[in-house]
Amino acid sequence: MSDITLLTASEMVSQMRAGQLSCKELCQAFLNKLEKQKGLNSFLTIAPEKVLARAEEAQAKIKAGSKEALLGIPVAVKDMILTKDLKTTCASKILENFIPPYTATCVNNLESRGAVVLGKTNMDEFAMGSSNENSAFGSVKNPWNPECVPGGSSGGSAVAVAARLAPLALGTDTGGSVRQPASFCGIAGMKPTYGRVSRYGVVAFASSLDQVGGFATNVRDLALLMSAVSGHDPMDSTSVKVDVPDFSALLGQDIKGLRLGMPKEYFIEGLSSEVKACIEAALKQLEKLGAKLVEVSLPNTELAVATYYILAPAEASSNLARYDGIRYGHRAKGTHELEELYEVSRSEGFGEEVKRRIMIGTYVLSSGYFDAYYLRAQKVRTLIANDFRTAFAKHCDLIVCPTAPTTAFKIGEKSSDPLAMYLNDIFTIPVNLAGLPGMSIPCGFDQKGLPVGLQLIGKPWDEAGLLKTAYAYESETDWHKRLPKIH
Amino acid sequence: MEYETVIGLEVHVQLATHSKIFCGSSAAFGAEPNENVDPLTFGLPGSLPVLNWSVVEFAIMLGLAMNCEIRKFNRFARKHYFYPDLPKGYQISQFEEPICERGSLRVPIEDAVRTIGIKRIHMEEDAGKNIHDSRTQSSLVDLNRAGVPLLEVVSEPDIRSPAEAGAYMRTVRQLVRWLGISDGNMEEGSLRCDANISLRPSGSLKFGTRTEIKNLNSFKFVEQALEYEIARQMSLLKSGKEVIQQTLTFDSATGATSPLRSKEESSDYRYFPDPDLPPLVIEERSIHEIQEKMPKLPEAWYKELVEVYGLSAYDAAVLTAERSFVEYFREVFEISSNAKLACNWVTSELFGLLKKAGLEIHKSPIKPRDLGTLVKLIDSEAISGKMGKLVFEEMFASGEAPQTIIDRKGLKQITGEDQIVAIIKQAFEKNPGQLAEYVGGNDRLHPFFVGQVMKLSSGTANPKRVNDLITREINKLRGAA
Repeated sequence: MSDITLLTASEMVSQMRAGQLSCKELCQAFLNKLEKQKGLNSFLTIAPEKVLARAEEAQAKIKAGSKEALLGIPVAVKDMILTKDLKTTCASKILENFIPPYTATCVNNLESRGAVVLGKTNMDEFAMGSSNENSAFGSVKNPWNPECVPGGSSGGSAVAVAARLAPLALGTDTGGSVRQPASFCGIAGMKPTYGRVSRYGVVAFASSLDQVGGFATNVRDLALLMSAVSGHDPMDSTSVKVDVPDFSALLGQDIKGLRLGMPKEYFIEGLSSEVKACIEAALKQLEKLGAKLVEVSLPNTELAVATYYILAPAEASSNLARYDGIRYGHRAKGTHELEELYEVSRSEGFGEEVKRRIMIGTYVLSSGYFDAYYLRAQKVRTLIANDFRTAFAKHCDLIVCPTAPTTAFKIGEKSSDPLAMYLNDIFTIPVNLAGLPGMSIPCGFDQKGLPVGLQLIGKPWDEAGLLKTAYAYESETDWHKRLPKIH
Repeated sequence: MEYETVIGLEVHVQLATHSKIFCGSSAAFGAEPNENVDPLTFGLPGSLPVLNWSVVEFAIMLGLAMNCEIRKFNRFARKHYFYPDLPKGYQISQFEEPICERGSLRVPIEDAVRTIGIKRIHMEEDAGKNIHDSRTQSSLVDLNRAGVPLLEVVSEPDIRSPAEAGAYMRTVRQLVRWLGISDGNMEEGSLRCDANISLRPSGSLKFGTRTEIKNLNSFKFVEQALEYEIARQMSLLKSGKEVIQQTLTFDSATGATSPLRSKEESSDYRYFPDPDLPPLVIEERSIHEIQEKMPKLPEAWYKELVEVYGLSAYDAAVLTAERSFVEYFREVFEISSNAKLACNWVTSELFGLLKKAGLEIHKSPIKPRDLGTLVKLIDSEAISGKMGKLVFEEMFASGEAPQTIIDRKGLKQITGEDQIVAIIKQAFEKNPGQLAEYVGGNDRLHPFFVGQVMKLSSGTANPKRVNDLITREINKLRGAA
């Protein structure tokens, strides 16, 4: 194979260690490719000098015999995650020129394991969106069909990996923002258990739902990435003190007897027949591998989207209050009074969808409405979490279902209808509400050649189990080996 | 018609923790502007709060000292409003679940003690400071104070006069200083107060319409503002008008209250539980551990000083004004074993010199053990009170132990009979004329010889012994004649 950008991260590591490949050569290859694929608009900031400087450091370490898991591996990072001295915008005008003075823990974790940050990826503004059309810096294009969306909100990261512009990428997932774009782009993506990865230095959208996740072209690489970012962080009070096992440890083990739950509420009207067919085929494949399929019920599923669109905007309206034009970020010119400064700065700085959610959130938290919306939604959230708890306690070890009801849709197709857009996250949102680990892996293509994703949902802290199952499936299929036409 | 005054106070106590409530920046007062900041204080994206456990300990200590129930399951809430000194756009506070509830505080007022109910105590973070620069017509923001921990102590509407309000504030200040949880320094804003006040016809159980006076930062202003507000509300009510429920500010220059702009008070704070902070669960064990660590409280000390140590109410009150006073006294007492004498030396002599030197008691050049030794020497008549004072002053100046000074200056009292008689004989020899007169029957010369002996001994002879022995020696001479 001559194109080194098509190697897996694991292959890159071993070739670099064997001296067959230099880190600088690898990084340069990706930088060149990035330049060529600018049209996908997947990156917002790239600092080639920094990348090459880091690459040289990594190369020196490799020579010295260092064995960090990700030594020399370029990683793309969603622009929602702070990187010291490297612009971090959240794809928003309000942070257009924001250069963070500190680095997020998850990025520190990657760098301490040798990874090289390649650049910052495009996204829906403040991670609010399912199509990447909400970026202040232009839509991201799906490499399988540039007229289609890549999904969102971590669309830039998904495209970076799908187009092999980076072997690995970090995203954030609040309601499906890693899994849904992974599904739309035909790659593997994981959102770990809430509390698994530190949120310190990750710009908050909805604090109780946000979790850093990762993208890779294959399950083994994803396990490598997720092991590296995970771990308790004293700087994040919601990060949990649990051991991080080597997520790769179970890869290759068989899945005989594993009980896979199929939630009947997920195989419903609105699920595209092509997606359904791919999922059913995948389930058969899993059954062939020895897993047992059982039907389970998650009766409160239909309430999830409504619940999410109360809780997430409520937290967002609060988290985004700090962008006031006073200390950093966009400040309107020519204002005379404080109130005016706030109003104009925020009106100019935030995009439509962000404003819509701030308004929804402000409304549901207002006195007089708080009980009817926020408190009630919290109760329903508990019910949704209990649905999963019951299913896992009584019926299954994992849940399998579609990641999204459709494949990638056309840019502009749903952008005028927020509700239709919101429903795209119907299968991913409940997982965030319950704080569970979930992942998406490619399981087929529709007739238009667009990828379909299979979602696996696990018990808390069972990332290794998810990865094991996904790996077993992946080993028997070659969906993940298909490349988009740009190659 | 007679009216009764109903007052409730919300006191903000700034805690003396090393670091801020949710981050590692220093909570100290007086740094250069924006020196004590970090990503969280600055409200940077991605920053997260981590609770400082000292704040919880301090809150529990105050709660226990105020007889409150301590909540086991606590949550922090976000309180939203936009202001440049509030970097996150919300303040992290407690709303429906304060850490302490349903307590009381016994407040000495003149000769009586009033019990004021404590509705709640909750933890929260302070805001920064906006400073308006009139020269450049711009506003500057200093975030050093942002995130400094506060306890908000909310009283029940049990206070009935401005004097009681002042006494309550003083008692709160005494208590927080006593517990070592705040310096209670009102000039630096460590203790601030909002006062709710209303009037109602005497005997009525229904509350009248109240007004709230914000941000009173001295005992004097609390009392002045309330006096003004009582008079204002009274004249409204007496002329048949209504009091409007509003938030007021007090101008210390004019002594008057005036309404804040309505915009500033009509906020909907949109409280909701802070999702960045998991619920704070306080175990019974932690409460016990804190209880064990608590110092004996001023009221218990006061009682003990009067009943066990036999001090006057006045002395007991002086000594319990600060924990450092009573602790100093106790050490002096432990060495000297004379409570009254120890108290006098501490409260009049030592406090006098400290005040003159502008020193706090913990900076006293005289260590309590040394003062104890001095008091013991005086009490056992090893040195005279007069000598004691000289030694004391020397101790204050040099920081030396009393014995060192006594030895160096040869100030040890002469009590031995032979030594004193020898000096008496010396005095007799030097004053033969007066001696003859004295022996001859003129007893009025007795003090003259006492003075002579004291002079010859440089004041070190025990005056009582001198007194007795002169009489004995004169009688001997009279007998011989």
